[in-house]
Amino acid sequence: MAKVLVVTSGKGGVGKTTTTASLGAALAQAGQKVAVIDFDVGLRNLDLVLGAERRVVFDLINVVQGVARLPQALIRDKRLETLWLLPASQTRDKDALTETGVANVVKEMRGKFDWIICDSPAGIERGATLAMRYADAAIIVTNPEVSSVRDSDRIIGLLDSKTERAEKGERMEKHILITRYDPSRAQRGEMLTVDDVLEILSTPLLGIIPESEEVLRASNVGSPVTLNNPASAPARAYLDAASRLRGEEISMTVHSERKRLFGKLFRRAA
Amino acid sequence: MIGFNLFRRRGSAPVARERLQILLSHERSARGDSDLLGVLREEMLAVLRKHVPVEQDYVVMRMDRGATLSTLEIEILIPHGMMHAAPPLN
Repeated sequence: MAKVLVVTSGKGGVGKTTTTASLGAALAQAGQKVAVIDFDVGLRNLDLVLGAERRVVFDLINVVQGVARLPQALIRDKRLETLWLLPASQTRDKDALTETGVANVVKEMRGKFDWIICDSPAGIERGATLAMRYADAAIIVTNPEVSSVRDSDRIIGLLDSKTERAEKGERMEKHILITRYDPSRAQRGEMLTVDDVLEILSTPLLGIIPESEEVLRASNVGSPVTLNNPASAPARAYLDAASRLRGEEISMTVHSERKRLFGKLFRRAA
Repeated sequence: MIGFNLFRRRGSAPVARERLQILLSHERSARGDSDLLGVLREEMLAVLRKHVPVEQDYVVMRMDRGATLSTLEIEILIPHGMMHAAPPLN
């Protein structure tokens, strides 16, 4: 039975899609069977970040409406054979996503994968509440910045009230993933620290993804950063986070770019 | 001025942290989340209102959680002359 995760944040542009792609790939790299679902109807991007944009035939709404069967809509990754994508519809008919429809798709998928990762759209409207609705656990992507932290707090409130688990009185497992973190700025008092964010949100930490050029470089070529450059700081941070999701105990460190530092030293010496 | 600068914490992050703590305690209590600071604040306001007319913003609470010791800082603003005003009837 799969564990269903929702990657959510409230605020847009904090790294939900990057995180879904990277964690999905990292889990698949560890041999897990993973499906990532794009819930951003009308603004799909997970296909693009995963480099599968030209292979989309059917989408989530087609499956919900019975136009296509699940195996027809799932796109298998070309590099990782245990990673699958269920894309969002690019047509704007958001209302086509019904609660029962989504419930049925998630139910059907549960038996086929180890992990199902739902990439939530930004905001707190229907798309976002449907993406979290049937999740067993949530990953709240937060930038160390006031508006992102505030929106994360709002999302935590929704996770504790609007999900199926919350309504049944069960505990909703929640994790914070801090992205775009710059430890030197935090140390200088220019950026909220990891501890600040965790104290304010009173939610445990899944990982710290450092600010890095590698993230853009990976999305430019449509490859998750954990595949595109596994030795890079953000890739190592995502690989650590994926291991933590699988229950491994890995000490929390802010990874830095070793290579770049060596490169700089080398250039200086030359 | 020198004294002021001496006591000022470095950088803008502490300002961000404090603004968020205040804002979120407001928003959580408005949502009805269980939140110690929010509950304390509302109850404190209710007690104060029995004696002086105070606005929502007049009570500011800050919690600093440390490993061994936590501090709760409560700041209550009372407008000039209000301490002698007749208590509202209820």
